[in-house]
Amino acid sequence: MAYEGKGAAMDGDANRAHVELRGVSKSYGGVQAVRDVSLSIARGSVHAIVGENGAGKSTVSKMIAGVISPSAGELVVDGEVVQFSAPRQALGAGIAMIDQELAMVPARSVMDNVFLGVEARRGGVVDVRRQRAAFAELIERTGFDLARDVPVGALRIADQQKVEILRAIAREARFIIMDEPTAPLTQVEADQLYEIIWSLRDQGTTILYISHFLDEVLKVADTVTVMRDGVHVSTRPSAEETEASLVRGMLGRSLELTFPERRRCDPSAPPVLEVRDLCAAGRFADVSFSLRPGEIVGMAGLIGSGRSEVLRAVFGADPIDSGEILLDGKRVRSPSPRKSIANGLVMLPESRKDDGLVMVQSVAENTVISHLDDVSSGGLLRPDREKAAVRKLIADLDVRTSGQDAPIWSLSGGNQQKVLFAKCLMGGPRVMLIDEPTRGVDVGAKRAIYELICSLAAEGMALLVVSSELEEVLGLAHRVLVMRRGRIAAEMPADDADEENVLAAAFGTEGSA
Amino acid sequence: MTATSATPASPSTTPEPSGRRFSGLRLSTLRDYGIVIFLIALIIALWISTDTFMTVNNIKNVIDGAVAVGLIACAGSIVIMAGGFDLSAGAIFAVAAIVGVKISNEASPLVGILVGILVGAGLGLINGLLTTVGRINHFVATLGTMIAFGGMAVAISGSGLILVNDPSFANIANTDVLGFHISSWVLVAIALLCGFLLNWTVFGRHVFGTGGNLAAARLSGVPINRTLIACYVLSGGVAAVAGLIVAARSLSVSATTGANIIFDALAAILIGGNSVFGGEGAIWRTMIGVAILAVISNGFNLLGVDPLYQQIVSGTLIIVAVGLDAWVRRRSV
Repeated sequence: MAYEGKGAAMDGDANRAHVELRGVSKSYGGVQAVRDVSLSIARGSVHAIVGENGAGKSTVSKMIAGVISPSAGELVVDGEVVQFSAPRQALGAGIAMIDQELAMVPARSVMDNVFLGVEARRGGVVDVRRQRAAFAELIERTGFDLARDVPVGALRIADQQKVEILRAIAREARFIIMDEPTAPLTQVEADQLYEIIWSLRDQGTTILYISHFLDEVLKVADTVTVMRDGVHVSTRPSAEETEASLVRGMLGRSLELTFPERRRCDPSAPPVLEVRDLCAAGRFADVSFSLRPGEIVGMAGLIGSGRSEVLRAVFGADPIDSGEILLDGKRVRSPSPRKSIANGLVMLPESRKDDGLVMVQSVAENTVISHLDDVSSGGLLRPDREKAAVRKLIADLDVRTSGQDAPIWSLSGGNQQKVLFAKCLMGGPRVMLIDEPTRGVDVGAKRAIYELICSLAAEGMALLVVSSELEEVLGLAHRVLVMRRGRIAAEMPADDADEENVLAAAFGTEGSA
Repeated sequence: MTATSATPASPSTTPEPSGRRFSGLRLSTLRDYGIVIFLIALIIALWISTDTFMTVNNIKNVIDGAVAVGLIACAGSIVIMAGGFDLSAGAIFAVAAIVGVKISNEASPLVGILVGILVGAGLGLINGLLTTVGRINHFVATLGTMIAFGGMAVAISGSGLILVNDPSFANIANTDVLGFHISSWVLVAIALLCGFLLNWTVFGRHVFGTGGNLAAARLSGVPINRTLIACYVLSGGVAAVAGLIVAARSLSVSATTGANIIFDALAAILIGGNSVFGGEGAIWRTMIGVAILAVISNGFNLLGVDPLYQQIVSGTLIIVAVGLDAWVRRRSV
């Protein structure tokens, strides 16, 4: 046993629980991300959690890592109830998290990063000799092939991950959380990572493994927990599960929301937007689809499957390597956001705060920013025209605000989202690409946004709706595209699409589901 | 998320933002008018403690002293509002003045002035291209051009003092219009123009959009590169005007003319309460900042205090103004 002390003493426990959740809940504002979850993770095992986007996997792992604290319930580590208010405290209890976004100092060497914050020191000075010895010992124990003095920024992602793992071990972590560790890796690199995980386990370390990839989970984990809608569904040995049984566990989201009636669209109408063989290295490949006037196409897929990247590329926000974008049959050359907006192609971005609105500006300023020409003449603003245009849009979209001049940050999330829609709709676009139409809005505003989307389609607009909420895609779309690992994995008419086959395509388990 | 518990949360979230907005308004009122009150208090204090402050000649003096800094600060604030930063305006000031005086000695003052302004705008264009097409950090790019343009000024002037041959050149600074020097009216005109551009034109909206959220502005179809380039060109051109005015006033120019003027201009922008992060701000704030610095400088002079202390006061004011801004921001957003 590589680790002794407090941990070793607990080995005698009947269930050998390393970390236990007892009736844990977490809510953000009004949204309950995790509800009354009880879960026991055995020492020295690889324990996986699977679930759809937003099922609560990451919330659970962040609570264990001390990044967020539960609203209710108890967290038990090594048989003792703990309350972490910072990752530092979790680290003190031997729990480390390796995030999707690796957090390192790229310009410093591998060794410096591994020992960052826990440097071997004598007085205030780093004891380089002792640190080198400790590093050599870590390398020997893990068998990693890593040069000590190379800057971390020069390493491939797979090697950077190894640095993160070394870092966790250097901090005496006995419980390591890995959130989607294989997402940026090649198959060979992923296989190497599995070996590393197993050897850590055999040395007594517990691994909590969060992943979208079911085949991988079944291969690497000893135990699998399925979550759905923030609720614990099942925890079973992975030998007893199949990909199909896991998907079944994730299904059955309650459809509490009702969606407006979809107007039939004319399937023979010529497409207004056509995308052919769009490729961008590392983001997506061979993406082809078309949108007809009056049609709502839903795009489903797991987070990281390339949905937003495709939208941004079609809109001209990011460059592409090859492929064609055609509007009304005419090829758009070197697309840019400015050109797309002028052509009547608009995009509603995923992150309102980062890409959508200028938070320090007012409702009116944000609404008209894409179409200043319509409210000015000869470069001079015409306040009367601006007021009239904004008044009409905020009335049409029922934006609740104290006035046009109110700063955008003073509005609720739902009303900010409506202003974002208003901005996109000014100028009467023909095609609208929507990335997460209802991200961070309350139930009332959701319903209003669904009605808006359907009425826009009824007026002849073509819409592509990307959403991580499956029921949104199924409830709104005439046709569903499913993306998986940067490619369109399936296309189906709404009548054939249900949660089961969309999820199966998204997880890549068509055969077994 | 379709959690059933979403309903009880909605009533509790509604009053919260309005409460925040209320305290935000109160704090930003302090930020808005605190600086005006400070300026008025400063003026009253000097009025009472000296016999000479509130005289026509002294006021003219104060304004004359503020013209060059004020011009650079006006255009510089627009660069900052667009999310940029122009450290090189002081060096452009010197290069343009030297070129302008040399040409006016060879040809005529009018040609000299026009060429000087064009040179300033051209150097501004270089800054604009470096920071947009070249994607170099604004601070780094203009630090580089500040040093390079400074060297250019020494090279062109031959490191000596260049005298103005045609005394009519001085007219652009010293002619009196409505009781004040024409250069003072140039400052008023440029300040009004900058305020007008920011608040009444499409360009102004582009400036605030670009500075407020670069990614969102780009995705909204705002020509972010063109906007930033235009700001730097404006900054360069206006710095040239300032340089020509100073050259006309002293009828001479050298490479060291206005060596520290950029720091005074940046100090004025910040003391006025403009945000270093861009996206917001106002020209009147900048002008208040300019006035405060000018009055303090004049006051120290009249009271016979060592000008060294003036630096300590200006530096402290910047820290107080920016610190107050950060404090208000943390509370209101």
